[in-house]
Amino acid sequence: MSAPDAFTPPVASAWPLVRRVALALFAGFWAVYALALMPVPGIEAIRGNLIALTVVLGGFLVADEVTEDLSLPRRWLVIAVPLVWFLLFFLIPFVVLGRISLSETVIARPPYTPLWERGPDGSLDILAGFQNYSWILGDALYRNAYLSSIKIAAISTLLALLVGYPIAYYIARSPEPRRSVLLLLVILPFWTSFLLRVYAWIGFLRGNGVINNVLLSLGIIEEPLVMMQTDFAVYLGIVYAYLPFMILPLYATLVKLDDALIEAASDLGASPAVTFVTVTLPLSMPGIIAGSMLVFIPAIGEYVIPALLGGPDTLMIGRVMWDEFFSSRDWPVASAVAIVMLILVVVPIMWLQSVQNRQEEQG
Amino acid sequence: MPSNPSIAANTRPWRDPSAKPFISIRHITKRFGDFTAVNDVSLDIYRGELFCLLGGSGCGKSTLLRMLAGFETPTQGQILIDGQDMAGVPADKRPTNMMFQSYALFPHMSVEKNVAYGLLREGKSKAEAYARVAEMLALVKLEKYAKRKPHQLSGGQRQRVALARSLIKQPKLLLLDEPLGALDKKLREETQFELINIQETLGVTFIVVTHDQDEAMTLATRIGVMTEGVIAQIGEPREIYETPQSRFVADFIGSVNLFEGQVGPAAPDFMRVDTADLGPVAVPPRPGLTQGQTVWLAMRPERVWLTREKPAEAINSVRGEVRDMGYVGHMSSYVVRLDNGRLVRVTQANEGRRDNPITWDEQVSVSFEPADFRVLTE
Repeated sequence: MSAPDAFTPPVASAWPLVRRVALALFAGFWAVYALALMPVPGIEAIRGNLIALTVVLGGFLVADEVTEDLSLPRRWLVIAVPLVWFLLFFLIPFVVLGRISLSETVIARPPYTPLWERGPDGSLDILAGFQNYSWILGDALYRNAYLSSIKIAAISTLLALLVGYPIAYYIARSPEPRRSVLLLLVILPFWTSFLLRVYAWIGFLRGNGVINNVLLSLGIIEEPLVMMQTDFAVYLGIVYAYLPFMILPLYATLVKLDDALIEAASDLGASPAVTFVTVTLPLSMPGIIAGSMLVFIPAIGEYVIPALLGGPDTLMIGRVMWDEFFSSRDWPVASAVAIVMLILVVVPIMWLQSVQNRQEEQG
Repeated sequence: MPSNPSIAANTRPWRDPSAKPFISIRHITKRFGDFTAVNDVSLDIYRGELFCLLGGSGCGKSTLLRMLAGFETPTQGQILIDGQDMAGVPADKRPTNMMFQSYALFPHMSVEKNVAYGLLREGKSKAEAYARVAEMLALVKLEKYAKRKPHQLSGGQRQRVALARSLIKQPKLLLLDEPLGALDKKLREETQFELINIQETLGVTFIVVTHDQDEAMTLATRIGVMTEGVIAQIGEPREIYETPQSRFVADFIGSVNLFEGQVGPAAPDFMRVDTADLGPVAVPPRPGLTQGQTVWLAMRPERVWLTREKPAEAINSVRGEVRDMGYVGHMSSYVVRLDNGRLVRVTQANEGRRDNPITWDEQVSVSFEPADFRVLTE
């Protein structure tokens, strides 16, 4: 592992951990899959125990990686709580999801087939398979939903960066008492429910909402603008909701930026704009990457914002997943959609992680 | 240095009243809120000088330097560089470059990119810029490190990169903020002379800010001693040391024994000063003093004459006991307690291996040559 770099924000140091946890999850998933397929008589009786064992082993795998990183056994105490949290609310649901994604939908309770069946003659009949994955990867609807999710997430991330960077820069350059107040203002929206804040936008954006009423009364427009149920509203909602996640890591990098470096650049004849491009921007790259990840990843799977603000044309994978689960009641397909989405998210993280590691090695 | 005559030391333009200063600082004041960092400072610096601003932390020396660089705007006053008023000229348009105390090397750029930065901003072609960079790196002996990043260099190497980067644009004036502050003692001493050589080779005017008096004495053609936002004294290192104009300067530069006393009646060849610690003392006459006026006598420890018996020719002599002694090799330093309890610092050069050096608890005679006293009124 590379030594901690002075220009890496605290947020970025969590990425190796995320990557390892993700890898351990995949390993755990396949272990359970293999276990569940084992044609050992009487395995059903202890299958639950086996799954639990796998989960625990997976947990140890993760914990081992984590402690290697932190090197001190005492830190176990510190990580125990998040580790248990991860196990209960991430690893186990993920394994369950993986198992469901390999089965077929049936009208029953639970609404999916078992992974195998014993025939009347006692022969083992394996029902599990990857048919759901080949289905969703082959179907244009799902493909478009994924692509459209990535597009919306990417554009939102870019917009959040463009809006967030000047704010983070201004806060980082502010003198101390004002800086704390401004940071508080950035975090303040978290004190209100996310759902409530998205609902509030409806009041602003709808036909007889605040914005239209103001513009109409000022005589700027004749007809109310159609803003609700458009992609515009979705972008607005995502950028608004995730902006603090962009600002905070950017702030963390920018506040550490040595003023002397800016002065040195200007002393050597660089105008403020050239100084920004040649010094400030490259040195805030870790913050840009961390902030973009924190916006991009949740934005891909965003469900609430497109559901509330978007129109019928706004195709995002979160909504498709919802429809599969609750409208079609096709749990296996929905699970497969979720797993593919996770891979979509994990791959860019790992790629950016490796880019960042390389940058750190180069210093 | 007669064998290696240096330009600045021999010309001494500040001694010539008709010489035109290269940098004129006129009645510069800088306030931060209620705090006055620099208070009505006026200073002329000549071409090719290596001028040191010396003072403790918070004395305003760095603020003065930053105003020259264009990072701070003076509250009042005027700065002229080569006849040009610097008011309203931003840092990136000034004919000055600065070497930062922290070096402020760009951590994401290699050594050669750091050094080339200034030239590329001038619009020089890459080929031309990197050719100059190679020359400059040769001057600071860093050719082999061109591709390294700053964090892969030692402190001394970073210091030289910072120097190369600040010199590459051939500024009229180079400002150095504690240039040797981050180096260890041995390296600092070597680098001091290297810095002087580079300065003389390139003929650039240097203004160095430092809190280290040895550094200032070694480097400078002239020193400006600063305290509380004002310049207490400007002069060549020898002047500052030998003829300090105030107790502050005498005490700040080197070590000094100060004795308070009143001016007594004048005699033809000397003046009497009645001190509480030494009794009546004969000092060289100094015009402008009235009888009864309070003055301070400054005496450098190495000028004090320490003997077991009172030398026959000594005019000013008192008895005391050695309370403390430190052997430093080339010299020994003593603390002598006079009979009235006053402590006097004395240093003696260790020339040859004396068989019987003065040591702890010995009764000694402390004698002062009248001419070695410096009479101070403030």
